[in-house]
Amino acid sequence: MENKVKRNLPDNLMSEMGLKPFETVDIGNPEVNRVAPKVRVTTGADKVVNSLEEVIKRTVQDGMTISFHHHFRNGDFAFNKVMDLIIKLGYKNLTLAPSSLTGIMNDKVIEAIKKGVITDITSSGMRGSLGDFISHGGLKKPVIFRSHGNRARSIEEGEIKIDVAFLGVPNADPAGNANGQEGDAIFGSLGYALIDAQYANKVVLLTDNIVDYPNTPASIKQTQVDYVVKVDQIGDADKIGSGATRFTKDPKELKIAQMVNQVIVNSPYYKEGFSFQTGSGGAALAVTRYLRQSMINDGITASFALGGITKPTTDLLDEGLVKKVMDVQDFDKGAAASMAKNKDQQEIDASWYADPHNKGAVVNNLDIAILSALQIDTDFNVNVMTGSDGVIRGAIGGHQDAASAKMTIITAPLVRGRNATVVPAVETVVTPGDSIDVLVTERGIAINPKRPDLLAAFSKVTNLNIIDIKELQKMAEQQVGSPKALEYTDNTVALIQYRDGSIIDTIKQVKE
Amino acid sequence: MEIKTIGVAGTLESSDIQIMISKGTNGIQIDLDSEVIKAYGDQIKEVIITTLKKYGVQNAKVKATDKGALDCVIAARTLTAVQRATETSDQPKLEVL
Amino acid sequence: MTYVKNRLRRTMMFVPGNNPSMIKDAGIYGADSIMLDLEDAVSLTEKDAARMLVYNAIKTVDFGGAEIVVRINGQDTPFYDEDVKAMVRAGVDVIRLPKTESAAMIQKLVKDMEVAEEEYGVEKGSIGVMAAIESAKGVLNAPEIATATPLMMGLAVSGEDYTADMHTRRYPDGRELEFARNMVLQAARAADVYAFDTVFSNMNDPEGFYRETNYIYELGYDGKSLVNPRQIEMVNKVFNPTKDEIENAIAVQSAIREAKAKGSGVISMNGKMVDKPVVEKANRVIETAKASSLIDEEGNYIGK
Repeated sequence: MENKVKRNLPDNLMSEMGLKPFETVDIGNPEVNRVAPKVRVTTGADKVVNSLEEVIKRTVQDGMTISFHHHFRNGDFAFNKVMDLIIKLGYKNLTLAPSSLTGIMNDKVIEAIKKGVITDITSSGMRGSLGDFISHGGLKKPVIFRSHGNRARSIEEGEIKIDVAFLGVPNADPAGNANGQEGDAIFGSLGYALIDAQYANKVVLLTDNIVDYPNTPASIKQTQVDYVVKVDQIGDADKIGSGATRFTKDPKELKIAQMVNQVIVNSPYYKEGFSFQTGSGGAALAVTRYLRQSMINDGITASFALGGITKPTTDLLDEGLVKKVMDVQDFDKGAAASMAKNKDQQEIDASWYADPHNKGAVVNNLDIAILSALQIDTDFNVNVMTGSDGVIRGAIGGHQDAASAKMTIITAPLVRGRNATVVPAVETVVTPGDSIDVLVTERGIAINPKRPDLLAAFSKVTNLNIIDIKELQKMAEQQVGSPKALEYTDNTVALIQYRDGSIIDTIKQVKE
Repeated sequence: MEIKTIGVAGTLESSDIQIMISKGTNGIQIDLDSEVIKAYGDQIKEVIITTLKKYGVQNAKVKATDKGALDCVIAARTLTAVQRATETSDQPKLEVL
Repeated sequence: MTYVKNRLRRTMMFVPGNNPSMIKDAGIYGADSIMLDLEDAVSLTEKDAARMLVYNAIKTVDFGGAEIVVRINGQDTPFYDEDVKAMVRAGVDVIRLPKTESAAMIQKLVKDMEVAEEEYGVEKGSIGVMAAIESAKGVLNAPEIATATPLMMGLAVSGEDYTADMHTRRYPDGRELEFARNMVLQAARAADVYAFDTVFSNMNDPEGFYRETNYIYELGYDGKSLVNPRQIEMVNKVFNPTKDEIENAIAVQSAIREAKAKGSGVISMNGKMVDKPVVEKANRVIETAKASSLIDEEGNYIGK
């Protein structure tokens, strides 16, 4: 069957798995039921256990769903410690349901798949050797990719039923009160892990830093935690994020950032009390800096900044240019450290951030989102998941979610090396064009024809170079030529869900 | 046109291609390494072959390490390399490009 | 591409001739002129490679409407002849001769270009020349260099080589360049060609860059040579006319239209006669204002 973004979906798989094709970005007002975890009642007296193996034996059984968070990113020690033992103990048929998979986890996941320990995966994304392995058919069942908001929804509605959550934290008291803000390996917000703590049947904390009871602020609460396991070292603080986030000197990134800032300040949303979300890439950081200068010049402050947070954003908070930071994760040490010091840097969980089946999530209050793209097509559909060779190397992250903003801006260079970014059709649709409003490239700015209001507003600004997206696509093709179509087998290696759980696209196994 | 020595041109910087040309006996044999080999491998080889044939080379071994070069760069690097290999760099044959 | 004698030339951005990545993106920054460099930016062993790369780039790359200048190797080098031939054949807009010290050098260049134009069927006179003045001798001969050929686009001061020739170096206050800057500018103005100031290479000193750019703008230079795209916006800021200048220029232009409508040869504004330099200045102001989006299509001021 073909869905509304003209992607052909495999009928047998769709009916086998009871999946629905993507229809619309409009979530509507469905009534949904949320599930509750199973609780084994205790007074909480004996939660601290020194043997991780013992805890795994007590909690994990074949066929279960286990989860992890990725807040430590490439400084994560929790995942490999747990998986080493799970593999050693010979478990089979587990479903791996982390908030995302980072590079440091890749080898262990591949090993677990090869040994039949892991047979199902759902994640926000994957990169490197694991993406390569999956794209070459390494896992029998297709990986399900979900955005951060969709993962929260799926857990809340029981589509993902976590049996055991293994959550690494830089501190915890003996009862399980924990946060991400103090210790040797701090990462700030625990946003994605909070959902696991709330909904998993069993919650196991791993920490190298057991502190006195009661530990506050308690992001994860003692009411949710079954075990606290003491480990040697839970993470490498130096690899959690880049230390001091460096301001790009790449003139092309700066040029794009400047153009993005022009789009923002000339948009109808740029007024006292506006809100925005930027990413962590070089251009995104530069946008934050240009925007800061504009806000100072124009005497405008923002009511909040949202999302993955970087130090340039917490600097705006310190300067009073942004009133609140709604923080689901921190991308660098500066932003992570700032959370403990600033009460206006509010930790939010993934559901509050972006769950579409909610009584309103923060993304619904967002004015402007600045997002990146590996590819964008002439229908404004965005791919942030597969490279130009068709291999998985990305993550949905909050892309589909933040695109709920009143104005969603995609920033991307027109070409990267010899790969066109603006293409006739993306390899993989992740975020539908209906939720994208503006594309900014170094050669010009394209406005989604579904937004005539923005087109009218921006056409009045003479130094914005507004171009039809089809023209941009032609310019890219003129530079790099037309690529040979990639070849895939019929084997589906991954499904891309939209926020509501419908299937927006699939990823096929690449041909050698 | 006779290949007298090994001719190398281009760098391993982004958007460039390094071309190494040496003597061959069995037509033009290209060993291509590129991040975009699936999408553009055939095209890259064709530019190299066309450039060499226009220059009058029928037999050569070519080692090409591509870093996302555009056609105009591939042709320029190939010509530079082959002129170095034939020791004729002092008489650039721009009509080949 | 054909050489246009009069156009906006506030910014001339240097791009190393053997760097595909920088050449590919050179057109996106809004430089008025792009100078692809075959000389100092290219090592002796890569002259052949850079020449072919630049040749092909001129023929295929979209430079976003910028004027394309190529700095060839000097007449005292073995690369000069092939550089001239290749650039004529490529159809560059302007050829820049380094280390120019006399009118004869420019005349030799023009003659060599004519031979190449003949050979490759390029329209004669379709390519302009410019002279880089890099020595004491060049500065003293600036007047004859500026008038050496009707194809002369302009003169550029090259501070590094000049200060070395003068047994000094560059200082932040620029006093060591005072004579050269004034001499070259006088020569350019007297010959009705463009004048370009030297590069400022310390990207970590924006204050110094603005100081120097303001200074040469006040002297009357047409533009500045740049080493980094980030400097383009800074130069344009300095060269942007003020609101008063723009409104005055608009008034001058409407006075011209009125005079034309009346069939009168005399243009007057506020009872005073408007002469040629005033008209030309008004045209320059309007052109710059348009390029910097300070006025809209109808000519209304929209700057902040």
